[in-house]
Amino acid sequence: MKIVNVPVAYVPLVDAAPLILANEMGFADAEGIALDLVRAPSWSSVRDMLAFGRVDAAQLLSPVPVAMALGLGGVRQDISAVSILSVNGNVIGVSRALEERMRAKGYIFDFRDPSAAAEALAGAVDGKLVFGVPFPFSMHRSLLDYWIEATALAPIDYEVRTVPPPLMAQALADGDVDAFCVGEPWGSLAVEEGAGALLLPGNAIWAFAPEKVLAVRTDWAETEPHLLGRLMRAVWQAGRWLKDPEHRMSASEILSRPAYLDLPSELIDRALSGRLTISGHGEQREVPHFVEFHEGAATFPWRSQARWIGRGLALRSGLEVAAATAASAKVFRSDIYRAQLKDCGADMPGASEKLEGSIRHQTAVAAQSGRVTLLPDTFFDGRIFDPLAE
Amino acid sequence: MSDRLTIVVVEADRDRAIAIVDALQGSGDFDVHVIGNVASLARRIAALAPDVVLIDVDNPTRDMLEELTLASGPLERPVAMFVSGAAGGLARTAIEAGLSAYVVDGLQPERLKPVLDAAIARFQMVQRMRRELVETRRALEERKVIDRAKGLLMKARGVGEEEAYALLRKAAMDQGRRVAEVAEAIVTTAGLLG
Repeated sequence: MKIVNVPVAYVPLVDAAPLILANEMGFADAEGIALDLVRAPSWSSVRDMLAFGRVDAAQLLSPVPVAMALGLGGVRQDISAVSILSVNGNVIGVSRALEERMRAKGYIFDFRDPSAAAEALAGAVDGKLVFGVPFPFSMHRSLLDYWIEATALAPIDYEVRTVPPPLMAQALADGDVDAFCVGEPWGSLAVEEGAGALLLPGNAIWAFAPEKVLAVRTDWAETEPHLLGRLMRAVWQAGRWLKDPEHRMSASEILSRPAYLDLPSELIDRALSGRLTISGHGEQREVPHFVEFHEGAATFPWRSQARWIGRGLALRSGLEVAAATAASAKVFRSDIYRAQLKDCGADMPGASEKLEGSIRHQTAVAAQSGRVTLLPDTFFDGRIFDPLAE
Repeated sequence: MSDRLTIVVVEADRDRAIAIVDALQGSGDFDVHVIGNVASLARRIAALAPDVVLIDVDNPTRDMLEELTLASGPLERPVAMFVSGAAGGLARTAIEAGLSAYVVDGLQPERLKPVLDAAIARFQMVQRMRRELVETRRALEERKVIDRAKGLLMKARGVGEEEAYALLRKAAMDQGRRVAEVAEAIVTTAGLLG
């Protein structure tokens, strides 16, 4: 069989793992393809490469294709999110100065309770609070918006600035930002370099947040369904492989190579193991489900997730909420996911929408065949997002 | 509202910036500003209220410019990534040359064309130079490795330099590999054998 090359763009992050491992562990090869991985310096370049056809698929921040569908950000191209690449995996961190002021007031950095963390942070702010996020359209920004709006931070004067992940530790050290929300390993790197401390894992705010998606041009999905299926299966197999704790060391080692993340494997292992070092004092915190590539039907693109993202973007950008929410649902392609992955054993929930935030404990739900076990997806404030309420 | 286009070039390398500015000045009457990679990039640019922002596609601070596309105030002019619209072909050429352009909403394509033409030509030249530099570096590295492998062979087999090189070349021919690859293997193995 002749191997077909599929050019795929990614940003060097722990959650690019399924793409990298699909190649390295032979899952792509088994499908008769080779992922021609293009490491990108920025999210805008990933988006442009995909929009312009320099690559056929890409790792994207889950809100990026939604924002494009809503006409935000200036690039018009119909993009489909055909599966979720990773769930959770972000951290919120604060500068050394803020950390010291928070500790002085008795805050213990439990890395767990968003309301208490917001209260401690609000009590330590001196003037304006500047947050750094990797991109204006990102789960980082969506989680920050949700958290700030529902906590003691709401009345605080704050601003959100875009800082590329590899520059985040430096921006914190230089005082360009006071706090950040970023994907691993860049949060851990900020701790390692003594720039600050970690305050919360992203999943303390939303327990099951779609972080990155596997994105393709919608017209490409229509003209190359066969190739798309091979790509999706290879990436899905890699996600399943990543779930096994036995494979963690190998995964960290492969990701750490110069061609990929070019960072120490120990730093990468923190996210994969969910054991994070949160401060210069060496305090460690365990975070169950810190990042998921497979468990709980993680790769299934729920249309309700897209609606939640779209609703937040509409509120922030002053768009008409009901129309934006409806348009967003079309971006997450649960239909393509079902069609392409039905024969490889992927969990297929019976529905394509769920009440986001309503699963408090691991729950078995109806599936196309048998049952699917879903993981908790609660929001920290107990609110439930009804996708059909708008 | 003046008739002159205001152009901001985001470029940290001084020589490259000067070259781009020269190319632009040579192609029309523009008001050109250069900004390096700074933390508050988006705000610095917004303060200049440019019509066009030019930045290297591979510049890691590019994402900071995305904030410009989200102008929300009544006095702010939103900037669109120059991707679609009438001059789509031109946009693709720009991206292929390694240039990305952000353009104020509503700017006429015919006013934009000379700017992009000049910038694209300059960026293409820079790209070519970069590629050549990479090639030159690689050639230098390879020559160093070949020299070391020759030295190892001369010592191990007690032969002269020419004969050592002939051995390398023959091994490469027999194995269907490049001389540099065979040399690399010899140097690595020698390192292991101490």
